[in-house]
Amino acid sequence: MTGTTTRPRATRAAGLLDWRLLIGVAVVGVLLVASLFVGVYDIVGAEDGWQMFFITRVPRTIALVLAGAAMAMSGLVMQLLTQNRFVEPTTTGTTEWAGLGLLATMIVFPNPPLLVRMVGAVIFAFIGTMIFFAFLRRVTLRSSLIVPIVGIMLGAVVGSVSTFVALQTNSLQNLGVWFAGSFISVIEGQYEVLWVVVLIVIAIFVVADRLTVAGLGEDIATNVGLNYNRIVLLGTGLIAIATGVVTVVVGNLPFLGLIVPNIVSMIRGDDLRSNLPWVALLGVGIVTACDIISRVIIMPFEVPVSLILGIVGAAVFIALLLRQRRAGAL
Amino acid sequence: MALITAAPHAPAAPREASSPRRSGAFPTPRAARRYWLVVAALVGLALLFGTLLISYANPMPLGTRGFWLIAQHRSVAVFVMALIAVCQAVATVAFQTVTNNRILTPSIMGFESLYRAIQTTSVYLFGLAGLVSFTGVWSFVFQVVIMMALACALYGWLLSGRFANLQVMLLIGIVIGGGLGAVSSFMQRLLTPSEFDVLTARMFGSVSNANPAYFPVAIPLVVVSVAVLWAMSRSLNTLSLGRDAAVNLGVNHRRTMIIVLIAASALIATSTALVGPLTFLGFLVATLAYQFADTFDHRYLFPVAALTGFVVLSAAYFVMNHIFYGSGVVSIIIELVGGTVFLIVILKKGRL
Repeated sequence: MTGTTTRPRATRAAGLLDWRLLIGVAVVGVLLVASLFVGVYDIVGAEDGWQMFFITRVPRTIALVLAGAAMAMSGLVMQLLTQNRFVEPTTTGTTEWAGLGLLATMIVFPNPPLLVRMVGAVIFAFIGTMIFFAFLRRVTLRSSLIVPIVGIMLGAVVGSVSTFVALQTNSLQNLGVWFAGSFISVIEGQYEVLWVVVLIVIAIFVVADRLTVAGLGEDIATNVGLNYNRIVLLGTGLIAIATGVVTVVVGNLPFLGLIVPNIVSMIRGDDLRSNLPWVALLGVGIVTACDIISRVIIMPFEVPVSLILGIVGAAVFIALLLRQRRAGAL
Repeated sequence: MALITAAPHAPAAPREASSPRRSGAFPTPRAARRYWLVVAALVGLALLFGTLLISYANPMPLGTRGFWLIAQHRSVAVFVMALIAVCQAVATVAFQTVTNNRILTPSIMGFESLYRAIQTTSVYLFGLAGLVSFTGVWSFVFQVVIMMALACALYGWLLSGRFANLQVMLLIGIVIGGGLGAVSSFMQRLLTPSEFDVLTARMFGSVSNANPAYFPVAIPLVVVSVAVLWAMSRSLNTLSLGRDAAVNLGVNHRRTMIIVLIAASALIATSTALVGPLTFLGFLVATLAYQFADTFDHRYLFPVAALTGFVVLSAAYFVMNHIFYGSGVVSIIIELVGGTVFLIVILKKGRL
């Protein structure tokens, strides 16, 4: 009784701002500065260099930050709500739904303004995500791996609808260009809508704890006094807005929401509150790195960032799967 | 005491005369009769649509040389449909049995993305001339070999060893497909619109993509693969009880699985290289076949699935050709219907 000395419990550093995070911010900051100065146009030597700097480079870098953080956090929220590590907007068909919404507005309104396109994409993304969640709630799963497979097949169905519509309206090649995520077209006056995403990121930070509890399942969440359905609706809404806006402005960023949260939780465990800034940061870092690669790989031309992300993301995803397989966790 | 001892000769349930005492594919004679009626109906429909496709709206008067030329030309398309139906149906049924899952289809394994990537690359590197010259038997063989190589690499790597896991393998196949899709869509941006139009025709499954020159390669492949699967149908019947039961009953589970997967991949690869991607056709056909045949026995399932596949394909082509005049979108219509059925089935089943 008296022999035991009560030591304070060793708590993991769960502070939101520890020195590691500052280092991470510094590294990503360096990447962003590099993004400001990488490109074909000589902004230092040319006459209108500074103008060009503020017309394209600054907006592009801001867009990288916003889109990267938003998509990575959307993936995290989705993984919490579905209690499944392999879920993100690419593997649930959310992106395809957003694309279909975009196409729908193009047909209903000729030459719609950006805002109308976005609203269409967001509404469709929301409907699609809700349909997927409804699936998950009606269907009992024997394995967590079936979820992404079903989601991808669902996405294929939606994608074939889009393809059919695009064929009829002779806009298939354009469709491919829209959907391939790229920051090429991000210039002043074209991207300001992306600032909406800041609100989403803040909202996710605010409701992080509730999302964590919701991630424990409906029964537990209800037991601790949470309105489960409301939080699922809220989470889906946030995901849909983020995905819709990013799809319309930038395009499809494959696998981002999948690899970032998985890498963070592998290294840091599953404390959502202290992981959130890391997820946002890593999302920004990966998108920025891929975008810089996409700009320099075939100078003076660019490749869409979705190409780089698709290849890198596929490789990381497969590595994650194999690692889990080895651990026998599946 | 006599009350408790069971009568040694309990009256047997009335059976049909001379039927041996065994539980076959059909529990009752009624089920067997129903099965043969279904088969007869399917054969009737298949013959109907097949002959309609060959002879309907033929501009030449019956019996002239022109009539026969047109009929000959059309019968090639009908034959291709039959071949594709057999490929997709048999492969999907076998695949779903091995994976013990009636939701999956073998075509999501990345074959389609591979096909699209190969086609896009040939246009991208060599322009339209490349696509036109990339139609010989060798290109067909090349595509089938590449797809088979991918499949065998995946199976050999992921289904052997201590950590064999089928679902991990499927997901990796899908993800590889996604990565290939990103590469294809990038190359497609760089094509001129006219190149893209020609490529688009190849991107959707259509029987007009098939070239009779491929038959000497395609037909033996299909025959051998189907024969292998047919010969294994008793093992497949056992496998459908699940892995543990099958192992208990003396089936070498892993070996059977790998052989079946390779045969199924050969069928899907042949079908994809012949006419292009058809994602949900196999799923649609297999799901219908389970309803129609209502038996677990693969010797009875395979023919029904193949017949159903032919009826679905030929009916879709007939309706789209002669009623809606839109033969180019047949595969997309099948995708939509199949995809919708897929979703309904998931929701109705309530488990995966």
